[in-house]
Amino acid sequence: MSVRAAALPLRRSGLWLDAWRRFARDRLALAGGVVLAVLALAAAGAPLFTQYAPDQVDLQSLDTAPSAAHWFGTDDLGRDEFSRALYAGRVSLSIGVASALVSASVGTTVGAAAGYYGGIVDSALMRLTDVVLSIPPLPLVIVLSAIVKPSPLTLILIIAGIGWMGTARLVRGALLTIRETEYVEAARAVGCGSLRVILRHALPNGLAPVIVAATLAVGNAIITESVLSFLGVGIQPPTASWGNMLQNAESTMATKPWLSVFPGVFILLSVLSVNGLGDGLRDALDVRSKE
Amino acid sequence: MTAFVLRRTIGLIPLLVGVSIILFCLLQSIPGGPIAVYLDNPYITAKDIALLRHQFGLDQPLYVQYLRWFGAYAAGHWGVSYASGQPVAMLIAGRVPATLLLMGTSFALALAFALTAGVYSALRQYSAADYGITVVAFLGISMPVFWFGLMLQLVFAVHFGWLPVAGFGGGSWVDTVRHLVLPSAALAMFTAGRWSRYTRAGVLDVLRQDYIRTARAKGLSQRRVVSHHALRNSLIPVVTVVALDLAALVSGAVVTETVFAWPGMGNLLIQSIRNADYPTLLAILMLSSFAIVVANLAADVFYSLLDPRIVYR
Repeated sequence: MSVRAAALPLRRSGLWLDAWRRFARDRLALAGGVVLAVLALAAAGAPLFTQYAPDQVDLQSLDTAPSAAHWFGTDDLGRDEFSRALYAGRVSLSIGVASALVSASVGTTVGAAAGYYGGIVDSALMRLTDVVLSIPPLPLVIVLSAIVKPSPLTLILIIAGIGWMGTARLVRGALLTIRETEYVEAARAVGCGSLRVILRHALPNGLAPVIVAATLAVGNAIITESVLSFLGVGIQPPTASWGNMLQNAESTMATKPWLSVFPGVFILLSVLSVNGLGDGLRDALDVRSKE
Repeated sequence: MTAFVLRRTIGLIPLLVGVSIILFCLLQSIPGGPIAVYLDNPYITAKDIALLRHQFGLDQPLYVQYLRWFGAYAAGHWGVSYASGQPVAMLIAGRVPATLLLMGTSFALALAFALTAGVYSALRQYSAADYGITVVAFLGISMPVFWFGLMLQLVFAVHFGWLPVAGFGGGSWVDTVRHLVLPSAALAMFTAGRWSRYTRAGVLDVLRQDYIRTARAKGLSQRRVVSHHALRNSLIPVVTVVALDLAALVSGAVVTETVFAWPGMGNLLIQSIRNADYPTLLAILMLSSFAIVVANLAADVFYSLLDPRIVYR
């Protein structure tokens, strides 16, 4: 049979291959992917692109405007703004990606449990989801970061803590339908346990919307981190993040505008490209959803 | 319909109780607890602390504290601000008008932009105008509100000097409006971008329907097809998003008020976190959660008014 299949000029196809073909045609999504990759590489390989350390104080050149020596100028301590922006990218981008991953896992777990088991588990988890959705997110994260001492790890958990509800609802909805299908019944009939049915049979079929939601969540997480750091309850100086660079710049905005422009442009570029990527993935994976 | 609204309203009570339990537990777990402000004061002895704890009822079991707090809360006793000594209800009442003015203006601005731009770009899909609007919408949803606010200040207040940088202005309404322009534009940007995307998608979706083809086949003008047949149905998904985004608008208002020194509740919230002013903090969080919950209910009701196919039992 395999010989015959190989002999026929059949185009290989399948959910993921089809999705990839659609994605590769989407110029906006590709552009997003490329810009994001460039930003990530520049941040990861920061020492290759700048000769200055991010916390290298130079008292000879305080508050200089952008020039050939300092592309983005220097701040009030003479630190090179370009170098800080690159190193800040490490912090901001990895917090964004990590908290999106955590919130997607939490949301998937909650949603899968609710959708598969139904009944009282479902009601309890969904009421919890409703309650958390009713609290305004930003004030909630601000209070949370006042409770724990902010560090990259706690920020990831806090930002994920307000982002899992959408995914939970998506996965629950998908599993409610999937658990009634014949193949799930068949899996149960041959003796698969609940966990195996969920992980091997149900979840992979409800994964596409989760991937899209998680991608878009990266952008939200980057913005939330920047807001928290801007308000002084996020990443603490001297570690640079795009948000706390803007906090540092705010008071001297009138005289040194470059300090408040560049970090924001980096946030804008990264979130814009993540959103473009997510939009492309949504079309490619053919997800019809509101988020 | 009335029964549905009534039942949903009663359903809100357990939701709000859940919110209050979560918020209460959260504030309890802040290091130092509700009397953190006093712990740093060198003139307060351990005996005073014990006395304060007793006075505030902090030596009672947690569930007793919660029940007492919730009872007082429901009866309208929101406590006294630690920072200013004023009753919290009064403090908040003083801040509500500024916040409502800011949020109301941005809401109207965002909705006006989203509906016109969204419908326009759907009707001229893939035109230059459509791409332009799409780019603006994408920029809007990809920018942190506070940074867009800073850039507006930089361009229109610092560079051109057309508008005041920050503050509320005093006296004349012209002055207030001048102070209102930049913060409301900053706050409107995100929701305007998001809602215009949903409007565009909604209109495009409806225009593909058979009854639109029928309307066209009858010989109706484009204007009449859009205004009488397409618009109302395409707004149904938008209504839900608009209501759900109230939470985002509240969050945005907190940041906007901070950047523009706007004397509203968001500003008060940040102050009360910095001052560890728990009664004020808790009241603001409860009040904004309440607003969000009510907005979601309103969305459900609106939804059924717009779409008679939806029947609530």
